[in-house]
Amino acid sequence: MAVTTQPVQTERPATGRVTATGTRVTRWLAVACWLGAGWLLLAGLVLSPPDVVQGDSVRIMYAHVPSAWIAYLAFVVTAVSSAAYLWPRTRSLTWDRIAGASAEVGVLFMGITLVTGMLWGRITWGVFWQWDPRLTTTAFLFVTFAGYLAVRGLGGSHEQRARRSAILGLLAVVEIPLVHFSVVLWRSLHQEASVLNPNGDVQLDGFMLFTLFTGVLVFTLFYLWLVLHRQRVLWLQDHHDDSGLDEALSARRAEEGTP
Amino acid sequence: MWRVARLVAAKDLRIEWRSRVVTNQVVPFAVLVLVMFAFALDVESVLQRVAPGLVWLAVMFSQFFLVQRAFAVETSDGALDALRVAGVDPAGVFLGKALALMAQLASLVILLLVGAVLLYRAEIRADGLVLLVTAACSATAGLAAVGTLYGGLTAGAKGRETLLPLLLAPVVAPVLIAAARATEAALGTAGTALGDGWPWVGVLATFAVAFGVVGTVAFGPLIEE
Amino acid sequence: MDAAVELCDAVAVLGSYPALAGADLTVRRGEIVLLQGPNGAGKTTLLRVCAGLVPLARGRASVLGLDVAAHRDAVRARVGLLGHANGLYQELTVRENVDFWAATAGAGTDEVASVLERLGLDGRLADVAVSRLSAGQRRRTALACLVARRAEVWLLDEPHAGLDAAGRDRLDETLTAAAAAGATVLLASHELDRATRLATRVVEVVAGTVRQPS
Repeated sequence: MAVTTQPVQTERPATGRVTATGTRVTRWLAVACWLGAGWLLLAGLVLSPPDVVQGDSVRIMYAHVPSAWIAYLAFVVTAVSSAAYLWPRTRSLTWDRIAGASAEVGVLFMGITLVTGMLWGRITWGVFWQWDPRLTTTAFLFVTFAGYLAVRGLGGSHEQRARRSAILGLLAVVEIPLVHFSVVLWRSLHQEASVLNPNGDVQLDGFMLFTLFTGVLVFTLFYLWLVLHRQRVLWLQDHHDDSGLDEALSARRAEEGTP
Repeated sequence: MWRVARLVAAKDLRIEWRSRVVTNQVVPFAVLVLVMFAFALDVESVLQRVAPGLVWLAVMFSQFFLVQRAFAVETSDGALDALRVAGVDPAGVFLGKALALMAQLASLVILLLVGAVLLYRAEIRADGLVLLVTAACSATAGLAAVGTLYGGLTAGAKGRETLLPLLLAPVVAPVLIAAARATEAALGTAGTALGDGWPWVGVLATFAVAFGVVGTVAFGPLIEE
Repeated sequence: MDAAVELCDAVAVLGSYPALAGADLTVRRGEIVLLQGPNGAGKTTLLRVCAGLVPLARGRASVLGLDVAAHRDAVRARVGLLGHANGLYQELTVRENVDFWAATAGAGTDEVASVLERLGLDGRLADVAVSRLSAGQRRRTALACLVARRAEVWLLDEPHAGLDAAGRDRLDETLTAAAAAGATVLLASHELDRATRLATRVVEVVAGTVRQPS
């Protein structure tokens, strides 16, 4: 008795057999990243002057401030991609993959921000941790995104994962400002000596400012490079799952023979 | 939506009344936490000074259990699935469960404040009462909303229950900060002025409204497979 | 065509396993269709797809003319599912459970009373907490919750399981009455003798597909 089904339509990725996630764009990006990193190291460690107050330990700033910037950028990108996924007109799993890739890279940079912040504090003022709003909010961002990544790993179909993570991503948009504002209000209760505040009073002269901007630019390039690669890997994973479905379907139908 | 919310809230509270899980398990746990803080922190003057913070910490820990209990009731016999299939308005389900959770949290807060008075020698003053009640209400509303929302996310499949504290703790941090500061102002701990507490109530109210609205909208999609 | 349920090359995936591997099925209004097949064939998933609980990876499913994916809430409002789990609240009594589920569907208390009576759950039994009931009594309670909702399409997953002879008789009476009143019934059952007598049509589900679809 023939089983009445229609021939299964399979999707083939336009690129056919994909063996790597690199393209011309990412190669140029990579070159720019590493050249920029080289320049940043030179400028940050050698060429720029030490600070009047802090001495050489101010150089950690060239890593700390840009990675904090990237942490927030990654968060914003994840939030925007989550919204784009949930909006019916622009619903596409690409947004979900961008959100996921951005979150992963973001968590990395959040970690770097926290570690460099702690080192800076320790070296300059002898304390590992200040309850200042930026560091505290970054810590919360870190934990929130660790939770986000855990939820992404819960399994289910691609659409389920996408919907669940997108909602969670947008919830973070509500939470993080609330956390930040609460911490700001909280710390305003305590009069803190401003010299202890790592954000505050580093005198940024011309070249230091330039190096700082270079740092931001280089880190942004790294972020773009990593996210591009990562979201392609996620795309490959999703397509692998989908093509696995066809095989599973044929295996399932073949079960009919077995009692 | 409100009809469904009333039905669900009544159902949840009736279940709690029958099973007494909150009264027999969660309340003793919360009181135990207060006692253990005393063991850990030892100095009585310190305890009195940090009593507001400890109360809200204990509330937060108990909230994890309350939320897990609220959803264990639904998932033990597939009732959450049945609610979905029945096409019951998920916004109504969210509001109903949040309201029931809020009632349970509120009674817990009252008990813990009494506990703080007894165990930590905290002093409740009459002119701080309005601030205290307002702060406690907004805080419990916010905790209930956010707890129900994340409880819905982690309900159901195995391995998700352990995720709840990890997801919930960072989110309720603003409530912890704000509620503790507002309570300090209401009790006059360490000379905090009464007026200092009201900005914190603003934070609590914003939190409660924000997550109340978000939860109503997001709960439905979150519990879908 | 007056199709109550229509599945077209439906593929539903649980994790990475295709529980439904391209099923076709057409059920007309007022029919009582029995799904039979070995364990793991996909009967449960098929019913859950019709209830809008499990999304389709491929293919189409429509209930009462509405596409399940596009009009999920409207489909759910008209459909009633009795799954493997009973969907009951353990601490509440029989009457309270049926009251709750009936109220969510907008039915009144007299409706509840008549349903309880029809399924033999009235009297002293109605005020016993579900946790104290036997498995068969719980199944009957779950069925009562379904009946009270007056759905247009009934989806039942092994409803006879756990019921005693009297319970099964009442179930069959209820289903026949429902079909006579215009509802469509789709049930999966291993109780072949009884269910074959009850059903207007028998369909076989094997390896995630359906044989004799229409």
